[in-house]
Amino acid sequence: MKTRRDFIKISTAGAGAAALGLSAFNWKGANTLLASNGSGRVSDEEMTPYPTYCEVCFWKCAGWTYIDKSGDIRKIIGNKEDPHCNGRLCPRGTGGVGMYEDEDRLKTPLIRETVNGKQVFRKASWDEALNLVASKMKKTADSHGPEAVALFNHGSPGSHFKQLFHAFGSGNEGEPAWAQCRGPREVGFAATFGSWVGSPEPTDIRDTNCLVLIGSHIGENMHNGQIQEMSDAIDRGATIITVDPRLSTAASKSKYWLPIKPATDMALLLAWIHVLIYEDLYDKDYVGQYAFGFDQLKAHVKNMTPEWAFGITTIKPDIIRKTAREMANAAPATIVHPGRHVVWYGDDSQRSRAIAILNALLGSWGKRGGFYFKEAVSVPKYPHPKYPHPKWDWKDNLNGKYPLSAMGITTELLKASIPEFEYKHQIRSWLVAGTNLPLTIPNKELFQMAADSVDFICVVDTMPMDITGYADVILPECTYLERYDFIRSSPHREPNIALRMPATPPKYESKPAWWIAKQLGERLGLGEYFNYKDIEEVLDWQLKKMDTSLKEMQKIGVKKYPRQSGALYLSKGEEYEFNTNSGKIELYSTEFEDHGFDPMPVYTEHPQPEDGYYRLIYGRAPMHTFSRTSNNHNLWDLMDENSVWVNPKVAALWDIKTGDHVWLENQDFVVTNNPVKVRVTERIRWDSVYIVHGFGHKNRKLSRANDRGVSDTRLITNIMEDPMMGGTGMRGNFVTFLKEDPNAEEVEL
Amino acid sequence: MKEELFISGRDIPFIDPYLNIWHWQIPVYLFLGGLAAGIMFFAGLFTIIGKEKEMETTVKWATFLVPVALVLGLFALFLDLKHQLYFWRLYTTVRLESPMSWGAWTLMFITPLSFIWVATYIKEAIPNWKWKISLVENLEVIATKYRIHMAWAMMMLAIVLGVYTGILLSAFNARPLWNTSILGPLFLVSGLSTGLATIMWMSKSHYERSVLSKIDIALIGVELFLITHLFMGFLASSAVQIEAAQLFLGGEFTASFWVFVVILGLIFPATLEILELRGYKIPVWIPAFLILLGGLAFRFIMVEAGQITRFLY
Amino acid sequence: MRYAMVVDTRKCVGCSDCVVACQTENNVPHGYCRDWIVEVVDGSYPNVEIELRSERCNHCDNSPCVRCCPTGASHIIDGGVVVVTANKCIGCGACIQSCPYDARYSHPEGYVDKCTFCHHRLEKGQHPACVEVCPTKCLYFGDLDDPNSDVSKALRNRKWKTLAPEAGTKPQIYFLT
Ligand SMILES: Nc1nc2c(c(=O)[nH]1)N[C@H]1C(S)=C(S)[C@@H](COP(=O)(O)OP(=O)(O)OC[C@H]3O[C@@H](n4cnc5c(=O)[nH]c(N)nc54)[C@H](O)[C@@H]3O)O[C@H]1N2
Ligand SMILES: Nc1nc2c(c(=O)[nH]1)N[C@H]1C(S)=C(S)[C@@H](COP(=O)(O)OP(=O)(O)OC[C@H]3O[C@@H](n4cnc5c(=O)[nH]c(N)nc54)[C@H](O)[C@@H]3O)O[C@H]1N2
Ligand code: SF4
Ligand code: SF4
Ligand code: SF4
Ligand code: SF4
Ligand code: SF4
Ligand SMILES: [Mo]
Repeated sequence: MKTRRDFIKISTAGAGAAALGLSAFNWKGANTLLASNGSGRVSDEEMTPYPTYCEVCFWKCAGWTYIDKSGDIRKIIGNKEDPHCNGRLCPRGTGGVGMYEDEDRLKTPLIRETVNGKQVFRKASWDEALNLVASKMKKTADSHGPEAVALFNHGSPGSHFKQLFHAFGSGNEGEPAWAQCRGPREVGFAATFGSWVGSPEPTDIRDTNCLVLIGSHIGENMHNGQIQEMSDAIDRGATIITVDPRLSTAASKSKYWLPIKPATDMALLLAWIHVLIYEDLYDKDYVGQYAFGFDQLKAHVKNMTPEWAFGITTIKPDIIRKTAREMANAAPATIVHPGRHVVWYGDDSQRSRAIAILNALLGSWGKRGGFYFKEAVSVPKYPHPKYPHPKWDWKDNLNGKYPLSAMGITTELLKASIPEFEYKHQIRSWLVAGTNLPLTIPNKELFQMAADSVDFICVVDTMPMDITGYADVILPECTYLERYDFIRSSPHREPNIALRMPATPPKYESKPAWWIAKQLGERLGLGEYFNYKDIEEVLDWQLKKMDTSLKEMQKIGVKKYPRQSGALYLSKGEEYEFNTNSGKIELYSTEFEDHGFDPMPVYTEHPQPEDGYYRLIYGRAPMHTFSRTSNNHNLWDLMDENSVWVNPKVAALWDIKTGDHVWLENQDFVVTNNPVKVRVTERIRWDSVYIVHGFGHKNRKLSRANDRGVSDTRLITNIMEDPMMGGTGMRGNFVTFLKEDPNAEEVEL
Repeated sequence: MKEELFISGRDIPFIDPYLNIWHWQIPVYLFLGGLAAGIMFFAGLFTIIGKEKEMETTVKWATFLVPVALVLGLFALFLDLKHQLYFWRLYTTVRLESPMSWGAWTLMFITPLSFIWVATYIKEAIPNWKWKISLVENLEVIATKYRIHMAWAMMMLAIVLGVYTGILLSAFNARPLWNTSILGPLFLVSGLSTGLATIMWMSKSHYERSVLSKIDIALIGVELFLITHLFMGFLASSAVQIEAAQLFLGGEFTASFWVFVVILGLIFPATLEILELRGYKIPVWIPAFLILLGGLAFRFIMVEAGQITRFLY
Repeated sequence: MRYAMVVDTRKCVGCSDCVVACQTENNVPHGYCRDWIVEVVDGSYPNVEIELRSERCNHCDNSPCVRCCPTGASHIIDGGVVVVTANKCIGCGACIQSCPYDARYSHPEGYVDKCTFCHHRLEKGQHPACVEVCPTKCLYFGDLDDPNSDVSKALRNRKWKTLAPEAGTKPQIYFLT
């Protein structure tokens, strides 16, 4: 396919590898001659700590960035006052230094240009690049309205560009955090308890006696607070029950590991509900006082016995019963964890509902050791003129589809960008900030078509990731260690805020997102929405209204506030109104019913792999965050590629060994673009293979990550859509092994 | 199935996936040290028993190689040091528990001694030789007087040096292949044998060669006996040592060890020497060369293979 | 005083945070490490067990690395901590050969380096960097001579093992099983 916009692997400068001369006299140690100790360690006293909160994942732990006398960042240490991390960052947060140090970082604005018929990126000044982006946005707005410009974002940069888009008049924004991540569980829990789970999850693991993990692989999923509390739970001897087709790290620490047949969790959940109800194990007082629809539920699960579930899940009936009893024994200090990345099989909102219902029967919502009532401080809004009202947004394109979607659906924004889909309203230009769409959004063909269709793409990123190869203009953001961002105020047991401030001026010519957004705003004639000199003015104004000041926060980093909303837990018999149609916990969902969906979850059979094919499952490695850390030297040292986990029986069948390289081909004949190393291990079922998400970069400017490992996203071409909220179920893909280089024509998707 | 892996991606240069911190320099150093020890031992021995006349090459000419071998050996060791600027630190302390330390000190004494020994014979080798400085001239006269004492010292230090080349390795408990008391005597005997081979190669006297050849055959016999014991010891020992022995009994060093060290480096040259003694005409350089090559190969293989072997836990 | 570390393999998740924290604290060059994580998987699906161990120099009571050092660069300081003085080390590699745990490495600068128990922190009453950072708090550090220290208590209350005790080095890193 000849496309208008070639994918450019930012590779203008020739990269001549310096040949290493071998010399017999290599007078090493000249540096140590004077110093008494060879290591270049600097003591804490010689460094200055600056407060920050981490941007390596969305847990946003607060910490201190230590810089030495020469202004270099040496280490990042957790803030002891911060409830997200309690002074201990996770490996990625500790290794955040590597993001700042990365010599492959985007250094200057870049503009796509055609030279002798070849498309290249050329360095540009900020002025030129910003003018170009603003003029392109204006051009789109002039002919199609500001709504035709869409924002794809994730993480902190997003908040600054959202401000810009609101002022500009576009409500078309999407982040992978909804349709590729946690959307379904928010829908499922909102339908049941009238409340989202949110981030960080208000799971009271600290005090739980029984933690049930359904494919939630805490320990590999390194969300810090949960890891820490789970470890305490292990120390206290709490029962852990893990349901996972793979022996996850958490599973290996569990009293019960249920090695479920993939895609059948719903049957297990329903059987558990059956046992709780029919063995009279549920919390009668709690259900009696707070729940709605118990009788319907009881009738609904009547035949969903452990014996029935056994045939589906391969989990023995007595194990199902035993684990249900364990949960009930510990209740209400039992957590059936909602999970986080829950877009699996298309019926995900319903599966999340089943999880919510289990928690309701156990009476754990609002109870110590179950789910606490979280509370956040609200940060006052800096005054600005009223935002214009967009004429349309992504919802108006849905035609009644995905009625429960509460946030922009990335894949819908992509479809709206492609004229062939004939959406009512077309998207013409993109601004992408902090999301690596080609490795993040499944169905790469859709992304490719959309990228080819739009008139203009601006990417704000810190690294030359795959997404930057599609940009017309690339704007280099500095890393989180070199900038201010908005105040972190996230819900927790104790309301708290955290400040992020630069520890050092931005390296190269990179700039913070708040500055980029303000500059674009001013060039778009929206200066009145950015009516301040710099973000410090905004932060100080806000903080002063919150009983503190920028100056104080620069010293303490984290501030806690007393709770206003009442106790952490429900007291016995306390009156409580849930934010649902009935004001009760809805075991029977009236909301779902209203929208024509099953009011109670039902089991649907999902396809299983054919002979010679294996279900592709994926997850996290504790030392990496998606694709964003693959080139981080500190973390790359720990893990420089992913491998495909294969059960020994399968390996014997295919005659492959640990360390061999194979290509994976999926049901739609899509092949990995690199070979992947095999890890033969007993940790994975024989009907599945496992790879860690985030590898398989295709951008030569990533000197470490490029071509290391493979991208799971590339193999995810079958999407099992969640009809309720647009989630892209990604676990219905099957792969087989190719032992020879398929020599497929290198199509750059 | 049992699986054991580093999940923090440990891949340290020279340490992972298996140790290879010592390269060619160490076996060369051990080889040259052993060779020098061999020559010095026999030079000392035949001086003490008053055979300077009959064994001229042994006592005089071959010893000219000793300082060269020692200096080259030390240089090889120096090349292997990774923090060379600090080389002098070796001589700021005596650490008896450290073979490396007493090896360094032994060399500190034996090297000058070898120079002096050679100096006392230099006029015989180069008839018109003149020391430019009278002090040196006087010292040479004194040294020549004490030759017999020097011979004793040389013989003793040669044994220390020869044994040291083995103990340097065998002191390492952590490397199961090295961790055997047989290595000291084995390296000593092998060193003596390479020394002998060198002298034989140089010697023009039929008598001298046949004396040396007989000793050499005996030494090779002892060597083969020690090697047999080495493996019997391993096989009767702990799991890690059995594993270490397997490297030579079917493992990756099997061919190189048995072919180059045992057959070509010991059995074949010994056979040639026996044939020679029985009156067959065999060019002397062949067995000598094979013995030297075998000795060198032996040290290379032991150093290389030993580093691979490790404790399992 | 006898410093020791205890690793609770039941809590360790193998995240390798201890490795990164050590690198940034001690300026360990890229590609090298003073501590590392071993995963042992045993059994057959679905009856499989995993042991996760955060390993480093064992600060052995009977340390062959100190004995074999020709210059005294490797030595033992207060609390039994085994350390290397960089400007005494000649880089001969003997200590590397002598360690059954492959705990030492040759620093690109030429000297030999390894875990120091972060004694620069101990002097200030802080714990080692790896212990302070571990998100699962599965690393304990303290004085074995003090019966009330974290390490003494952990060893009293739980089953433990050391690595390759048959090597005779008397290692001082203990693994709770
Ligand atoms: N196949 C597959 N796809 C998945 C998942 C999966 O498991 N498998 N997981 C899904 C889930 S749960 C989620 S939440 C999403 C995550 O999806 P993304 O958020 O897109 O994930 P990353 O790959 O980390 O991409 C982040 C991008 O932001 C850039 N970036 C990092 N820091 C900054 C910064 O400070 N400023 C700017 N401007 N840019 C920055 C990075 O360089 C990178 O290009 O992925 C989803 N997609
Ligand atoms: N280190 C690290 N931590 C992270 C992130 C990261 O990138 N790196 N990302 C963060 C984000 S945004 C998210 S959303 C979370 C995601 O974290 P989770 O919600 O825990 O992740 P998932 O990807 O849903 O779960 C992966 C697990 O599901 C199992 N699984 C696969 N198929 C099935 C099935 O059919 N049934 C069951 N029961 N299990 C199955 C896999 O074997 C694997 O163990 O992680 C967060 N934490
Ligand atoms: S969990 Fe780790 S990566 Fe995420 S914010 Fe906290 S320290 Fe950073
Ligand atoms: S930081 Fe703690 S949990 Fe993580 S690998 Fe190290 S010891 Fe284990
Ligand atoms: S672990 Fe190795 S380096 Fe550390 S004290 Fe023991 S022998 Fe020495
Ligand atoms: S390398 Fe350094 S510390 Fe190790 S034995 Fe040699 S001199 Fe001692
Ligand atoms: S104690 Fe210090 S030096 Fe040793 S592994 Fe831990 S952080 Fe590294
Ligand atoms: Mo996510």
